[in-house]
This record gives sequence, C-alpha cells and structure tokens, in this order.
Amino acid sequence: MKVGLFIPCYVDQFYPQVAVATLELLERYGCEVHYPLKQTCCGQPMANSGFASMAGGCDKNFIANFSGYEYIVCPSGSCALHIKEHLHSAEEPNEAAAIRERIYELTEFITDVLKLEGVKASFPHKVGLHVSCHGQRMLHLSSMSEKVEKSFSKAEALLGTVDGLELFRTSRADECCGFGGTFCVTEEAVSVSMGNTRIKEHLANGVHYITGGDMSCLMHLEGLLKRQKIDIKVIHLAEILNAQ
Amino acid sequence: MSQPATHHNKAAAAFLKNGQRAQWHDETLWFVRAKRDKAAHQIPEWEALRNLGSQIKEHTLSNLDEYLLQFEANAKKNGIKVHWANNAAEHNQIVYEILLHHNAVNVVKSKSMLTEECGLNHYLTERKISVVDTDLGEYIVQLRNEPPSHIVLPAIHLKKEDVSNTFHKHLHTEKNNQDPVYLTRAARQVLRKKFITADAAITGVNFAVAETGGIVVCTNEGNADLGVHANKVHIACMGFEKIIPRAQDLSVFLRLLARSATGQPITTYSSHFHRPKAGQEMHIVLVNNGRTEQLGREAFRNSLKCIRCAACFNTCPVYRRSGGHSYHNSVAGPIGSILAPNLDMRKNADLPFASTLCGSCTNVCPVKINIHEQLWSWRQVLMAEGYGGAAKKTSMKLMTGVLSKPAIYRLSAGMARFFMRYLPFLVNNRLNPWYKQRDMPSVPKESFKDWYKKNRNHE
Ligand code: SF4
Repeated sequence: MKVGLFIPCYVDQFYPQVAVATLELLERYGCEVHYPLKQTCCGQPMANSGFASMAGGCDKNFIANFSGYEYIVCPSGSCALHIKEHLHSAEEPNEAAAIRERIYELTEFITDVLKLEGVKASFPHKVGLHVSCHGQRMLHLSSMSEKVEKSFSKAEALLGTVDGLELFRTSRADECCGFGGTFCVTEEAVSVSMGNTRIKEHLANGVHYITGGDMSCLMHLEGLLKRQKIDIKVIHLAEILNAQ
Repeated sequence: MSQPATHHNKAAAAFLKNGQRAQWHDETLWFVRAKRDKAAHQIPEWEALRNLGSQIKEHTLSNLDEYLLQFEANAKKNGIKVHWANNAAEHNQIVYEILLHHNAVNVVKSKSMLTEECGLNHYLTERKISVVDTDLGEYIVQLRNEPPSHIVLPAIHLKKEDVSNTFHKHLHTEKNNQDPVYLTRAARQVLRKKFITADAAITGVNFAVAETGGIVVCTNEGNADLGVHANKVHIACMGFEKIIPRAQDLSVFLRLLARSATGQPITTYSSHFHRPKAGQEMHIVLVNNGRTEQLGREAFRNSLKCIRCAACFNTCPVYRRSGGHSYHNSVAGPIGSILAPNLDMRKNADLPFASTLCGSCTNVCPVKINIHEQLWSWRQVLMAEGYGGAAKKTSMKLMTGVLSKPAIYRLSAGMARFFMRYLPFLVNNRLNPWYKQRDMPSVPKESFKDWYKKNRNHE
C-alpha cells in the first residue's frame, strides 16, 4: 500500500517528532510511505483568513506533490479537512478530485483503511484526550455531544488498546480549545480564555499528558501550559500509538 | 500579518477583563446548552425532526413570494390589516402611523428582535410615544438603556446584583435586596399598570402560517397575551422569514424551538392570533429589511431558515466568553455574524471572524443551517471586497508566494524563523498576540524534512 505522507508545515518545522512517529507507525503496519519533498502548506491559514482565492499556488503545488498516491495520510484533522473540502484546480480538476477522495486523517486511516482494532504500544501514563473540532465534527472521527447519535470515538478506541494508558475524559468533552488558526491571534483574549478552560478540566483529572490528533490545538495548549508552568505535557496521538 | 484590530475582539477582551463575571456568563449559558442536550436526547427522532424542519424551511424559502401573498390574502380575510415594509425606516413609519391614527401614546411591547433590528423604540421615543418592553429581561435592559445581549435571554449578561441595583434606582426597591421573587414582583406591579393603561400592544411573531393567515407568538411569561388582550390595537411585526406554509408544520417547529432554546418541551405560552377580537384592530407588518437580498446570496440564503432559538449562541464558546454586546448587532452570536454583514458589510466585517469555525453551532441548529460554513464564506466575500485592508492583503500575498513555491520555501534559510514571522497563528511582530499569554513552541535542531532526507529518502 503506497502512502503519500502529508506533514503540515508547522509540524515539519516545530514538531518533527510527530511526523517521525506517524511515518514509523504507518511503516510498522505495512505501508510503503513516501514523503514528497516539495510539499509546503495546504493553504488553510490563508483560506480561513478569507483569502482562499490566493491558495491557488498552494493547491497547484499540493497536486504536483500528491497526485498518484493510493492514499494520502496526514496527522492533522484540520489540514486533511481543508484539502478534502477546498482543494481545487481549474487545470487539473480530476487530479484535485482524486486527492480530495484519497486524503485521510491518521486515526481515520488506521481505523477505516488499515482496519486495525488495536495497536501494539505501551504508554503507562495518565492521559487526557483533547478532541479537535475539525476531526470530530467535520471528519466525524467521533460522535458529537450536540447530536442525537450513537456514541463512538476512533481515537479513544485506539488509545484503549495501548498498554498501561489511563484515559480521562473532561466534562465538556468536545468543546473547542480556541486555537482556530488566525483566530488565536486576532481574538487573543477569547482564544486564551477558551484554552485555559480546557486546561482546567484536564488539571481536575490529574493527567500528565494531553493528547489529540491535531498538533495545532496542542501547540496552543502547550503555549499556555508552559507560560503558566503547569506540569502537563502535550503529545500527539501518533507518538503514543508509536510508543514501545 | 494579524488582522487589524476589530470591534469584536476589543469588546471581547474588555468583557474578559472581569474574569469572574466572564466565567459566570460562560457557565450559565453552558447550563442552558446542557439543558438543551438533555431535552434533545429525550427525543429519539431528534435528527429526523431537524431534517424535517430544515426541509420545510427550504421549501418555504424557494416559494417565499407565494407564501407571503397567500398569508396576506388569508390574514385580510380574517380581518387583519396587512402592511409591507421594505426596510427598517418604512417599518417604523408604518407602526408610528397606526399609533398616531389611534392617538396612542403609551405602548406595551412583547419581546421582538425585529423591532430591535429596526430601532423602533428609539424612533417612537423620539416622537413622544412611550414604549415599555414587557418581557422581564427586556424590561431590565430597557431600564438600563442597553440593548438585549441575547435573543432569548436578553439580560443574561447581568447578575442578580445588577438587577437589584437597577430596580433600586428606577423602581425604588430595597437596596441590595437580591431576592428574585421580590424583584420579579416589583417589576410585575409596574408592568401590570402599564398593560392596563396602554393604548396599543406590539408583539413579535414566531411563526406566521400562510394557510390560515394567523400568527403564533411564543413567550414564557404570557406578556404578549396580556398586552394584546388588554388593548384595542395589536400590531404584530415580523420579518419575511417567519412564514411557514401550513398549520401542521407548527408541530415540527414548536417541538424544535423550545427544546433548542431553553430545554423546555414547549414554551409556556404558544399564543395563536388569527383575527382581531370584537372592537379591536389587528395589524401585521411584513418586513423585508435585506431579507430578499440575503435570499439572493446563494451561499447565505440558508440563514433565513433561522427560527431564533439561540441554541447557536449558547453552544458557541466565543459567544459565551465575549458577551452579546461585543457583536454590536441586534442579533448576536454565530447566526448574527452571518445576518449582520448582509445589512452592512463595512460595519460588520469583523463578525464572521469572531469564530473558531468549530462547527458546534451547525450541529446544534434545529433547522440545520450550515452556520460555520457560511462564516467561512463570508470571510472570503469580505476579503474579496477589500474589507481586510491593504496591508493584510499584501502580507497574505507574500506568504502564499513563499508557501506555493517549494524552491523558495526550501532555500529560505531558517524556515522555522520564517514561520515564526509569517504564519498567522505564530505572528511574531511587535505586538505578538500569541506571546502575550502563551510561550512560543521551541525550535528543534532539524525539521522533519531534514530528518527524512538523512534517514529515508526514496527520491
Ligand atoms: S441559527 Fe439555528 S441555532 Fe442559531 S438561532 Fe437560528 S435556528 Fe437557532
């Protein structure tokens, strides 16, 4: 199974260990993984700021890098979603459509394509899960508190098979952390307040780690935790699933 | 790189300065949202009901002209006088002329967001007509000379002590007596007198039924009924979108509305008005005020499905932390942020950005309006129309330029520094809003790309 690895730009630059974990994890489960070297950014930051019209260059570059892969996997729900919803090309409409079809968020890929029911990993710690909005509400990686539907969570199911891991839910389990791309700087006060509420709930559970499928949310929470010198670390889901 | 500071973010930051109060606001509204969840989860067919509500509205919007005309014809048959207003000014003038005709100088009004949207109170007050809002929350904010901060809970931004102080000042209640029963009684005494001595009653409309020519007004206090029954003139003001085709459709909307709004199975009073009672005159003012324009905007027409339950307000973490007044529009919250730019793009260009696009609003909406998607679309429209400012556009161009050209991207020495500088969420300028309360991520020795080249390169 040939997989194109899509690593969001800020993960490439600030959290390379998350990309390495994703790569190793996929390889361990039998994928032939390629990381196209000329990839840059999915264009989401521009689009969410109202400049989707300028994302054409990013789209073009994305298509050049990822055309032809059977699957494209990304350890970030929001970047995967952006491609799924907004990748377009007037010149190469078929390629764009194929990519939109074939892109997967990591836990979605593990659950729905690889159909792994569990992972061989060990992480003997108290962990709180941060449910990221785009993964949950738009990629439907878990049920949502607003909807009357059967309860499930792809991430929780996988974490449940990790040796020694003790998982904790927060009281408002699926509330947004306040990152929101440009929102975190244009609405700094609200963003920080939202993040702090999430942290408070995890603190109440006494966890040592906060994990999730979207590094951007975790980066925001990490910034708050570090500034307040709170002894909780953030760790991407891929790192836990890859922990031996 | 950051957007120019906008009204909403400044007002929100000010609201958050009082940390305790902001937390209380957040928790109070979360409590309402939790009640809504409980009520919704008790109905196994909830999602089907939402679909149905959305489809009925879809159908209605596609035939809006027909249903409005059908409504007008049936209402007239019932002996109701029907007026059409194209904008807020016309609406206010029509109401004023009806009042003038009856020499009405004292008016009682039940809660109506449309009259709020049109600025009716101010307009009538300037013309020496006294208007009293009779919904308790609305009455409180009226005494304080403030607009409502929430479309269902207009005084939700106020705490018991604020109400106590307000009543002490205006109604001479005991200082510091914060007992809700005591305060409510005091308001009730004043309002009862107003009901009896008024010359006319104005109500809003929750649903107007084309088939019957009647309207339904939902309240929890019965104040609309009191006003209408005690007065000779009843003026009902409604936006075009309040129309529904048939009486049986009410069964869908009444079930959805109260549960979504407050978690009640049904509002305490669902009052049906079909014709004036003997000796009374009944008027209905049908108001456009930008609604046909919104109907014409393909990406936003869906917003006219809104039944004003405010569930999207209560669930919105941004609303809960910034308070309704920060939205500087009669309808606040996520749906207000879609409706407001339709009325005035320049003034409201900030509102579609007052969201993380988390999508909770879309999930909670009883008529399935794709709220977060419309907020995203408004951003595109507003920036294309130039409401983001030239500086923003230039810096975006610069950033997309680098990000779309892998060669330049790769050649840039110290990519991490590039990101620190240019990625909007890691903005690192003089003001650096990220760094104000958050540490920056640490910069690793090598990027993943460098690691990959060393360890795995297949190219
Ligand atoms: S948009 Fe939907 S949730 Fe929000 S007030 Fe309107 S009907 Fe209610």
